Amino acid sequence: MTSGYAVVAVLVVALGTILVGTYGLRVSRTTSDFYVASRTVSPWWNASAIGGEYLSAASFVGIAGLIFAYGPDMLWFPVGYTAGYLVLLTMVAAPLRRSGAYTLPDFAEARFRSRGVRAVASILALAIGWLYLLPQLEGAGLTLNTVTGAPDWVGALIVTAVVTVNVMSGGMRSITFVQAFQYWLKLTAIAVPIVFLVVAWQVRGSDSLTRPEYPVFRQDTEVSFQRPTTIHAERSVFVRGTGEIDGARVENTGVVLTEGYHRIGQGSEFTFPKDAPVPHLSTMAHNTNEMWSLPMSSGQDFPLYGAYSLIIATFLGTMGLPHVIVRFYTNPNGTAARRTTLIVLGLLSVFYLMPPMYGALGRLYTPELLMTGQTDAVVLVLPTRMIEGVGGQLLGALVAGGAFAAFLSTSSGLVVSLAGVLSQDVLRLGGVRGFRISTVLAGLVPLAMTFISTGMPVADMVGLAFAVAASSLCPLLMLGIWSSRITKAGAIAGMLAGGVPALTAGLVTMFTDTGDAWYEILLSRPAAWTVPLGFTVMYVVSLLTPRHLPSGVQRTMVKLHAPENLGLDGSGSSSSADERS
Amino acid sequence: MEKPTQRVVVTSPRTRAPRARRPYSGTREINEQSELGAVYMRTLIRAQRRLGLSVCLVATGALALLPLLFAIDPELGKFRILGLGLPWFLLCVATCPMLLLAGWFYVRQAERSEREFAELVERP
Repeated sequence: MTSGYAVVAVLVVALGTILVGTYGLRVSRTTSDFYVASRTVSPWWNASAIGGEYLSAASFVGIAGLIFAYGPDMLWFPVGYTAGYLVLLTMVAAPLRRSGAYTLPDFAEARFRSRGVRAVASILALAIGWLYLLPQLEGAGLTLNTVTGAPDWVGALIVTAVVTVNVMSGGMRSITFVQAFQYWLKLTAIAVPIVFLVVAWQVRGSDSLTRPEYPVFRQDTEVSFQRPTTIHAERSVFVRGTGEIDGARVENTGVVLTEGYHRIGQGSEFTFPKDAPVPHLSTMAHNTNEMWSLPMSSGQDFPLYGAYSLIIATFLGTMGLPHVIVRFYTNPNGTAARRTTLIVLGLLSVFYLMPPMYGALGRLYTPELLMTGQTDAVVLVLPTRMIEGVGGQLLGALVAGGAFAAFLSTSSGLVVSLAGVLSQDVLRLGGVRGFRISTVLAGLVPLAMTFISTGMPVADMVGLAFAVAASSLCPLLMLGIWSSRITKAGAIAGMLAGGVPALTAGLVTMFTDTGDAWYEILLSRPAAWTVPLGFTVMYVVSLLTPRHLPSGVQRTMVKLHAPENLGLDGSGSSSSADERS
Repeated sequence: MEKPTQRVVVTSPRTRAPRARRPYSGTREINEQSELGAVYMRTLIRAQRRLGLSVCLVATGALALLPLLFAIDPELGKFRILGLGLPWFLLCVATCPMLLLAGWFYVRQAERSEREFAELVERP
């Protein structure tokens, strides 16, 4: 679906982001400005910025793709991404802000007074950030590939370049403006097209989305296979085109795809006739639209374990994401931090109404993606497929621009927070120069990783980053804030006990092919066993090592929990609400 | 109003106990890390923890029941509300207002308990 409009939209978004960023440069001058925008951002701005930063590739294209492929079981992704903010609101928002730290390692040090705890938290924050950046870059590659046919690495490179330049020049103050703007851009980009698409669906007789039939091609459809694909045809299909079927070369002629499995070569292009049933990817469950619309239809092993693991990861993982956490320091006080989080809940709820609609309409109008396996592209392809002419092209361009905005904003937020961690804890380079060097490094590592990953759905990859966050930094925050018994040894042991297995499981799933092994689900959805492990180890080790209790816990607890305006800091004298500047 | 000044004999009260200290404000108790201050803080933290955990557990616990429900009886998925299948209705439409309501309730209660804490410790 190469489209000139879409290319223009992507360019406009990229240039607009840079422009808004440089505008912000004029107002950001000091080091403090660079890191947390001087804490002068109002709740609405802040909430829009959090929303803009949080709605990533996974939200914009990934969720719709998974729902399209696997049905309502995947609705737990949007629900979990939203509910994570309720957990964050009720358990950590205000105390986190009151801790007065800039980054998550800062929190670890403020609470435990220990370089060791800080170092472990830094490494985990880096790992989670990079794990989260990877799917953003893959998503960018996919989007650019879908709208222009460019190779996958081009999109990843563009996103990395724009983000790095932008963060290096503007720091976080400009990023706050950029991010807030991005939320509204993304909401427009996903909401406006779906209105037109639903109208188009209604006008064409509003075909049932859940008929007990297998998906069929609604028109003669040209399908290009980006990678070698094994498909299964339920009935023989007559196709025309050029490419490779079962190792045999086909040059621009008609071929009958018989019933059964076929290997289609990379770069093949075939036209499938109208009303033919859609062959499906061999690794994906084949469902009628009715079966698809029912729960537990995704055909995965142990669906109940998978669902609960996903729920645990997304509910608890949100609070451990480094780029989300850093946003809380830009609130003026704990009360504002709570209100900001509540607004975020509302903003996300509105946004997440849309992706399921794309997924459902995709079953009718873009069924060929079930065969090529490029299910993440459903949001991008649907507008041009359903609405003919310039209208569809423009809507397609809007979606592509919005998707690109999603990659840019999430990546910006991640790069800012990772650069903060890198410059303070790893490279030990202070000042603006250290921040800039760290920014480059923060962007380059995931770019390199995109070349060796195995192309799993982006929402699944993001789910893994959530799982690592939920099993390591979430126990640190929850127990650190609410229990004064946690010791340094307990904190370190707990973070490692939860984080290392989750991270290992994530890397194994991403970079190797585990196939159909029975333990595959334990690795691709690790949260259900790593999260309890992290919490238990942290608490038990703390009880066993009461002598390693950090000094001045009571004072720290006062600081975390007492409202700022009372002048309480547990230090006996002065009423400094903000001693760190 | 004009009364002639009356002479009164003033004596010290007959007690050996030292004169009562002026009570410290709660703020000072906390800042000086006295026992009383610790009690004030523990009360606040417990109240907030109980509130946060209960809102969180009620809301997320209700959600977390759904997969079990659908696993026990997948036929529930065929039930329709407003033209949507039950899982779609519950997860797409019904959760958002539920989460928002829970969040709003939490913010209101948390701010209230902080106000009460402030009144308590600022009393002279």
